[in-house]
Amino acid sequence: MSDVTVDLPARKSPAAFRLQGLVVPGAIVLVWLAAVDSGLVRGPLLVPLHDILTGWLLDESGREIWPALGVSLLRLAVGFAIGGALGVAAGIALGLSRPAQQAVAPTVHAVRQITLFAWIPLLTAWFGNGEAAKIAFIAIGVFFPMFVNTEQGLRTIPAIYREVAFVSRLPLWKRLTKLILPGALPAILIGVEVALLTAWIGTVGAEYAIGTGRGVGSYLAAAREQFRMDLVLVGVLVLAIVGYALSRISGLAFRRLIKWRAR
Amino acid sequence: MTAAGSKIQAVSQAIAGVQMRAAPLSFDSLSARAGRLPAGVGASVLGSVSRWATPLALPALLLAAWQLVAGAGWMPPQILPAPSIVVATFVDLLRSGDIVAGLRISLWRIAIGFAIGASAGLALGILLGVSARARAYLDPLLHALFAIPTLGWIPILILVFGIEETLKVVIIAKAVLVPIVLNTSLGIRNIPPAYLEVAETLRLRPVTKLARLVVPATLPTIFTGLRLGVSSAFISLIVVEMLAAAEGVGYMMTWGRTLFQIDIVIVGMIVVGLIGFGLDAGLRRIERAVSRWSPTDV
Repeated sequence: MSDVTVDLPARKSPAAFRLQGLVVPGAIVLVWLAAVDSGLVRGPLLVPLHDILTGWLLDESGREIWPALGVSLLRLAVGFAIGGALGVAAGIALGLSRPAQQAVAPTVHAVRQITLFAWIPLLTAWFGNGEAAKIAFIAIGVFFPMFVNTEQGLRTIPAIYREVAFVSRLPLWKRLTKLILPGALPAILIGVEVALLTAWIGTVGAEYAIGTGRGVGSYLAAAREQFRMDLVLVGVLVLAIVGYALSRISGLAFRRLIKWRAR
Repeated sequence: MTAAGSKIQAVSQAIAGVQMRAAPLSFDSLSARAGRLPAGVGASVLGSVSRWATPLALPALLLAAWQLVAGAGWMPPQILPAPSIVVATFVDLLRSGDIVAGLRISLWRIAIGFAIGASAGLALGILLGVSARARAYLDPLLHALFAIPTLGWIPILILVFGIEETLKVVIIAKAVLVPIVLNTSLGIRNIPPAYLEVAETLRLRPVTKLARLVVPATLPTIFTGLRLGVSSAFISLIVVEMLAAAEGVGYMMTWGRTLFQIDIVIVGMIVVGLIGFGLDAGLRRIERAVSRWSPTDV
């Protein structure tokens, strides 16, 4: 939201600007409170605001969101580790060898055209409806952005550095740790930032589509089936907040890391 | 020759060696070295053959291995049907019209959702781009709403609209709206102030200003929004068709999975990949044409 404040008219203070942003949401909340929370208007979809705000603490099935979130994040971590490691490894392997790149990269990029969610039926057929299919799905979602960014990152390493490494006959291991990984790191970190969000959506999507086991996605699916709009909204809030937090935190952390490296 | 000179020579030779290594001699570079002699023509044909044959080698190899494994019966067809079966199913589904019928429904949904989402998105984007006040009041709310992924809207909208056609159109419209609003508003705000001042000085009529300045200057950015909108519409369509539909390409895959007909699933993946690629490539081409026409680089 920083782009909002950039072209501020000079006479308005940022605080006033921010207050204006609160007017519309505030009005919606007030109308909602007056109409729905007071009991004036009733309907299965018009859930009182206080039910949503307290649902994840007080409601019996609403509290399930916490273990669900834990399970989802664990799943995300495992899938991310597998897909990320494979993606970086493949990106480096192809970036190191031009013939390998010419032979393999087009195939990978062709497979990448398949929309992520289209993998779910195949994966459930291969791995069943359990944990393995979900992890494989998350790993696929992570693999492609990590691969693409690593491959591009290797390409941005100046040719002179490679030549120096060649002339000084650096062994492969040293070339990897002293030249290739540090050189490609900024691009790899951008890949991590993208992949984290993909992985989070993929995690919840896989849980929602496959429907077995625990997790935020299963929580959402169950809430929808029981027609509990308040719990659905709790789940969606968690989905959005975690996604926002993941990309925000990783973005900030990586920008700091790269700035530190540049010094 | 001085010691330094010979050192430089050694380094430059080493560098030349690196370059040779980095770009292995291909038939192409050989024919270039041959100075475009008539004999080089054959070599360059060979070079272009190897250029498109190399990327095809791996898929061919994979396909052969797949056919071998599945054809020999090491894998049950419920897990991995042979490529020949997949091709036969593809031809069958194409001939019976199942693919065409599914595609027609899917593309129709995209078209309607896109029409609604794009017009609403353009209107909202123009409003936010032109008026700082609208931006002050609406931007925070919109950014909060845009932070909710399409996947999150699906359960909410299923409760509101059920799983009928309205659901799909609304979800696609929402997926299209977000990038178009963001890009349109950005495109308008990014018109260089100097152009606006010139238009002011020349006392251009509003119509002229719109036609000669605002539209050409914002068109590339808006078109980027449209392209992103189409691709996110396609992704959302597949998701919603897999989760809540009884027809369409996405449903075809879920249906194949239920029947344990993995060949149908794979055909669906191929169709989805081809369409996604085709949409993206076509729109990128138009985008490039539109950007070239833009005056922003002048």
